[in-house]
Amino acid sequence: MLVLVTYDVATKSTTGQKRLRKVAKTCENYGVRVQNSVFECIVDATQFKQLKLKLMDIIDSEKDSLRFYQLGTRYQSKVEHIGAKESFNVEETLIL
Amino acid sequence: MRKLLNTLFVTTPNSYLALKGETIVVTAGEDHLGQVPLHNLEAICTFGYMGASPKLMHACAERNISLTFLSTSGKFLARVVGESKGNVVLRKTQYRLSDSTNESAKIARNFIFAKVANQKWILERMTRDYPMRIDVPAFKKISATLSEYLQEILMVQDLEILRGLEGQAANHYFRCFDQMILQQKDDFFFKTRNRRPPTDNINALLSLAYTLLAKDVSAALENVGLDAYVGYLHRDRPGRASLALDVMEELRGVIADRFVLKLINKKIITGKDFFAKENGAVLLTDEGREKFINAWRERKQEPLTHPYLKEKINWGLVPHAQAMLLARHLRGDLEEYPPFLWK
Repeated sequence: MLVLVTYDVATKSTTGQKRLRKVAKTCENYGVRVQNSVFECIVDATQFKQLKLKLMDIIDSEKDSLRFYQLGTRYQSKVEHIGAKESFNVEETLIL
Repeated sequence: MRKLLNTLFVTTPNSYLALKGETIVVTAGEDHLGQVPLHNLEAICTFGYMGASPKLMHACAERNISLTFLSTSGKFLARVVGESKGNVVLRKTQYRLSDSTNESAKIARNFIFAKVANQKWILERMTRDYPMRIDVPAFKKISATLSEYLQEILMVQDLEILRGLEGQAANHYFRCFDQMILQQKDDFFFKTRNRRPPTDNINALLSLAYTLLAKDVSAALENVGLDAYVGYLHRDRPGRASLALDVMEELRGVIADRFVLKLINKKIITGKDFFAKENGAVLLTDEGREKFINAWRERKQEPLTHPYLKEKINWGLVPHAQAMLLARHLRGDLEEYPPFLWK
């Protein structure tokens, strides 16, 4: 299924910047970055749970926020892209 | 049945594959070509001179992702193989059976039976789908000949005779091959099968399709814990994945040949997608190869009901299903190896 992960991390302090980097790195391991703090992850239920737990461990729930949008397995019709930086879908032909 | 994951094809020359966290990063010089999480991948297949970091090979071996290196023309060069995990008992049984020519012949017979049966059904299907465009009586005649071969194959206990019958059956089948090309007759004609290097368009396509299929079958066999290099029909030869070639026999026609015919008949690939080298070798251009790979992946996603398992899977999982069935036979759970009989 496709899960959209978005986050907001308060970066005023250096610890906040550290958290931001960690969150981004973790998301990178599970999906493709489509915008600055937006990731599209194609994962199964277990992987999704792992990702969620890892992210919850990193963030400071007083200052930061996470949002997960579950778009299911038939997500093609639900996503539309306009403008620059078109990303690729890991379930389509991957030729680099 | 498990989910079929995606294959990453890398065709940009001089690119470098590296591991970053849990992802593979592809770069070419300063350019960042892409980054893909490894858990979305089943295999990585590279064309040309690719560098890959040992760390990445390590990660691929650990996660059972097959990493294959092909030359620009699609010729197989190397595959990164991890620790042979899985069942030692299973592998030893595989070796023991391969040492006995009698036992080998029993399994090999099923591979060949399915190969000829599938070829026969390809011809039969053509007569059904295009009765006005092909020479139906000729097809029917060859189909009947193949039926006779099928009867004979069932009786044979000897590997040499089996190979002979296979060759003769293939001869008959390839005699019809040219007629199955319905479009673009000027650019595509089939005389005989030639390879190393292929010297006409059709043979170039067939060779690439067989290479990709062999890679898929090898990976599937390794996945269930079998040794892809110890075969039954194909004897041991250093560097030859004999068992993969064995299992591939039954899939050649239904997967590779039909795929190539479709590319031509639907005009996905045209005469412009090829170029010839001075030595007579015919190769696909970069765009041609891209179209080929694209169609190959789409084909792998198409669904079918497995004739033996009666389970809905996609074509890309057929090699895995067959590898699993072969392992079950070697373990003794199945009396005979059920080959893939397509209709």
